[in-house]
Amino acid sequence: MSDPWSLYNDKVMEHFKNPRNVGEIEDPDGVGHVGNPVCGDVMELYIKVNDGIIVDAKFKTFGCAAAIATSSMVTEMVKGKSIEEALKISNKAVVEALDGLPPAKVHCSVMAEEALKAAIEDYLEHQKLKRQI
Amino acid sequence: MRRIYLDHAATTPTHPEVVKAMLPFFTDAFGNPSSIHSYGQEAKGAVEEARTKVAELIGARSEEIVFTSGGTEADNYALKGVAYANEHKGNHIITTSIEHNAVMEVCKFLERREFGITYLPVDKYGLVDPDDARKAITDKTILISVMHANNEVGTIEPVEEIGRIAREAGVYFHTDAVQTVGHIPVNVAELKVDLLSISAHKLYGPKGAGALYIRKGTRLVSFMHGGAQEKRRRAGTENVPAVVGLGKAVELAGQEIGKEAERLAYLRDKLIKGLGEKIDHIRLNGHPRKRLPNNVNVSVDFVEGESLLLNLDLEGICASTGSACSSASLEPSHVLLALGLPAEQAHGSLRFTLGRENTEADVERVLGVLPGIVARLRAMSPLLKTRK
Repeated sequence: MSDPWSLYNDKVMEHFKNPRNVGEIEDPDGVGHVGNPVCGDVMELYIKVNDGIIVDAKFKTFGCAAAIATSSMVTEMVKGKSIEEALKISNKAVVEALDGLPPAKVHCSVMAEEALKAAIEDYLEHQKLKRQI
Repeated sequence: MRRIYLDHAATTPTHPEVVKAMLPFFTDAFGNPSSIHSYGQEAKGAVEEARTKVAELIGARSEEIVFTSGGTEADNYALKGVAYANEHKGNHIITTSIEHNAVMEVCKFLERREFGITYLPVDKYGLVDPDDARKAITDKTILISVMHANNEVGTIEPVEEIGRIAREAGVYFHTDAVQTVGHIPVNVAELKVDLLSISAHKLYGPKGAGALYIRKGTRLVSFMHGGAQEKRRRAGTENVPAVVGLGKAVELAGQEIGKEAERLAYLRDKLIKGLGEKIDHIRLNGHPRKRLPNNVNVSVDFVEGESLLLNLDLEGICASTGSACSSASLEPSHVLLALGLPAEQAHGSLRFTLGRENTEADVERVLGVLPGIVARLRAMSPLLKTRK
């Protein structure tokens, strides 16, 4: 039987069912907050940075299965990466890591990229302030 | 895992007796009702028998029933048919802000073609105020179209009162009764309608069949031009098996209408009550009493509908949502927004529509499974924290 949900492949469904890295980091080095509840998607991404390396990432997401799966995947992808490497993670890379998303859901992966960039910018902003002090 | 189907407002399984009634018309009795020979006669007879059954269920005369391909065609025919036959009288149509797209989109189409459309507002329960309809009538008004019951939130509209107003004003009145025919009593004389849309697959009939009731004397242009079928109103060889299926479905619905509505209303109320007890920050959408016997529509705060639906589906429970994420348009339900729901609550809406095969055990299963799903999704929701 085909139903609309078969649009999601097994990998997306696996991340939707068992999302990795759900939650908040208590003392994060950077937080990215993107989306709007009015649009039906809100993503919060937390990172912990040690010596320029992202050692931990967590998320909280309000949204559809694609939003949850991309949040889960992007947090998996950034862990262990340097800030420079993490900034290069595109939404396309997240979609590829999930073996693809339905066309109507690709915007969810854009949100994942934006959340990551926002978290890194937040981290860099704090670093700059620290240096000024 | 046994699947539990709770989406009967979307479609219903075809009743086995309906399938049985349809089957001969694919094979042995395959004739074209327009043919003179015996094959044609038996097909013609079957179509006319179905017409009588549909007419009987809604208190109409059989010559007032035109078969269509479904509810959407019936709605299109009613609105365009009246609009283009009565342009000389006026170009104003009144409808509501919560109509099904089969009416809404036709109104938008007509709006782009020099018709003026008034979209009546609804209150927080989804009810239209008949007085608003009265006030909206101008000397250019040719048609009022108000759905009998809303497909999303289940609110039953004061169609009878609006019918009286329309008739006094000499304005045609159409109702989309796709969600009510076969489920609650529908009588065209009581409702004072000139046009009424019916769909077979919402009442355990087949997809691809419907009907439009056209009160004798109503002026509307033909919907399909071609052969002389349906008194030239809707040309094209009749979909005989589907029409026979519609006939059988309305016959069966008529036999059990009160009893089944009562049974479903009991299950509905049990589900509504249970959800309210087991889940906090949840609210009922639609009217608490003026409501279809099988409709439960709730908004669950802080979570998104597609995620809820998909998690329920993994548990074998099939429901529906008004969330944008489940629609191609990426916009939340226009019905929920018209009720005044904030967009985030529209995104968190969940609709369960009960039917013939559902039991109390199905309701208990939903009540057993949904609280856990909501808790899990809320644990990953950034919205909950901001409300603390």
